[in-house]
Amino acid sequence: MESSVKSKALTPGKVLTNIILVLLAVFFIFPLYWIVTGSFKDRIAVNASPPVWFPTEPTLDNYIRLFDNPALRWLGNTVFMAVAAMALTCITAAMAGYVLAKKRFPGRKLIFSIMICAMALPKQVILIPLLKEMSFLGLHDTLWAVIFPTVGWPFGIFLMKQFSETIPGEMIEAARIDGAGEVRTFTDVVLPMVTPGIGALAIFTFINSWNDYFLQLIMLNSSNNLTISLGIAKIQAEMSNDFGLIMAGAALAAIPIIAVFLMFQKYFTQGIAMGAVKG
Amino acid sequence: MASKTKAAAAGGETLTYNQGTFRNSALVRQQTLAAYLFLLPALIFFVLFVVVPMVMCLVTSFLDYRMGKPLTFVGFAQYIKMFQDPIFIKALQNTFILVIVAVPAVTAFSLWVGSVVYKMSSFKRSFYRCVFYLPVVTGTVAVAVVWKWMFNKYTGLINYVLNAVGVINENISWLGDARFALGCITLILFTTSIGQPIVLYIAALGNVDPSLIDAAEVDGASNLQVFWHIKWPQIMPTTLYILVITTINTFQCYALIQLLTSGGPNHATDTIMYYIYYQAFKLNDYGYGNAMGVVLAIIIAVLSAIQFKFAGSSD
Repeated sequence: MESSVKSKALTPGKVLTNIILVLLAVFFIFPLYWIVTGSFKDRIAVNASPPVWFPTEPTLDNYIRLFDNPALRWLGNTVFMAVAAMALTCITAAMAGYVLAKKRFPGRKLIFSIMICAMALPKQVILIPLLKEMSFLGLHDTLWAVIFPTVGWPFGIFLMKQFSETIPGEMIEAARIDGAGEVRTFTDVVLPMVTPGIGALAIFTFINSWNDYFLQLIMLNSSNNLTISLGIAKIQAEMSNDFGLIMAGAALAAIPIIAVFLMFQKYFTQGIAMGAVKG
Repeated sequence: MASKTKAAAAGGETLTYNQGTFRNSALVRQQTLAAYLFLLPALIFFVLFVVVPMVMCLVTSFLDYRMGKPLTFVGFAQYIKMFQDPIFIKALQNTFILVIVAVPAVTAFSLWVGSVVYKMSSFKRSFYRCVFYLPVVTGTVAVAVVWKWMFNKYTGLINYVLNAVGVINENISWLGDARFALGCITLILFTTSIGQPIVLYIAALGNVDPSLIDAAEVDGASNLQVFWHIKWPQIMPTTLYILVITTINTFQCYALIQLLTSGGPNHATDTIMYYIYYQAFKLNDYGYGNAMGVVLAIIIAVLSAIQFKFAGSSD
């Protein structure tokens, strides 16, 4: 790939392209900048016109008021929810993806087709019956009501099937000849080979679950069970003009997940590309 | 090590072929059982929390299912009611406007960014990929609240900047004005939608066989010709995938509406998804909400099928 990149002289077109790209980058980063700086502005600076581009007298007042709400509890709930959804998804999807890719058994095609069809449907449409079901199961207003539907969504299985396809059949066969049972074959041969896939799926599920505001909104209501996204939405609904406080909440919701994303972005982008239809 | 594995594999194959029918069927049964045991955990979650609600959605769309009323079968009544409901029609229109504007814009823009960025050094490539993915990771709520502030009539940055450069001369209530609200939402939706398509395009363009491009360049093909005749056909599956996922996501636009305008002013920004949940959770009419959900699912399925067909015939 690198070989096809020729170092050509700077043309006006190229310069213009780069300028546009940089301006766009600024435009995309700016909301985050505005959240973070806004969260350190006092009431006067927040409402000032012309706007205060950078808080010269930063204040922690917004964060202090934010923690008058159970914001840490919300953050804890969110972390628990995202980690549980991630772990359950990875375990179930790795197992299912492996057999769908590598084993021939009756019903395989049918099961996979149903999963693909389900994935093409809008998942938010099922939230009303899902809410009824969760109430029936006694899970409504618990974090499990958000975790289980995330685990059930078949994207992970699809992704792990893609990764499992790359395992050479001979290796699985060899393990069997060596006397390894099904479980040993899976843990000792399959899992090490699909680790990049599991990494991609883990980070993907973590971020999506963290940010799945709609599902959380439908399933959770009591103040102690909220996620950080719901908490910020609640603060915003109650104090819509206290922008400093709202930005502090937004920063608390966004910064941890952005940090996770930046740490694992290699896996993440790889996973997105792998999940796409190929060929 | 490798050769040993290979030898073992070869041995394994002959062994399988030499087995009698009886032992083979026993093996098949055992394999099937093992496969289903591995599938079971995933299947339980999938069936309970995806398939069951999907079926329930379809079934209750034919029922009068309202809080505090007995369930009754009403056939297609709710489907007919829907198309006589002016707010549903308005929501349908708004959703189509969002899709018609956002989907081509997202696809074209991400293709442009992708083709500029994929040739850059790996550091720059990562940088731009992260930057354009940032609004997705930041999360709908954080993105919505900061834009709500920037669009604010009195303390918003956008009014200030537009006033300062002379585009407007009085403050506009962007999200509270029926003329602008949907446009503002489209813009925000755009920023939160292009991250994934850009990642996909960068990956796809990086996979285009460089020898084909070199050969075409040697033959004197212009950049545009190289793009149309070599890159475009090869990234077609990616384009198709992007069209489908962007369409599906745009049709489901709900959170931004709920957080920014609540469908207002005067239903100017209602989308189908927002109206479904308005009916279900504000008016407690679940049957009607589910019927609209089924229609939404059908619309999306038909559009996806058309996109697949269209892309398939252009090969």
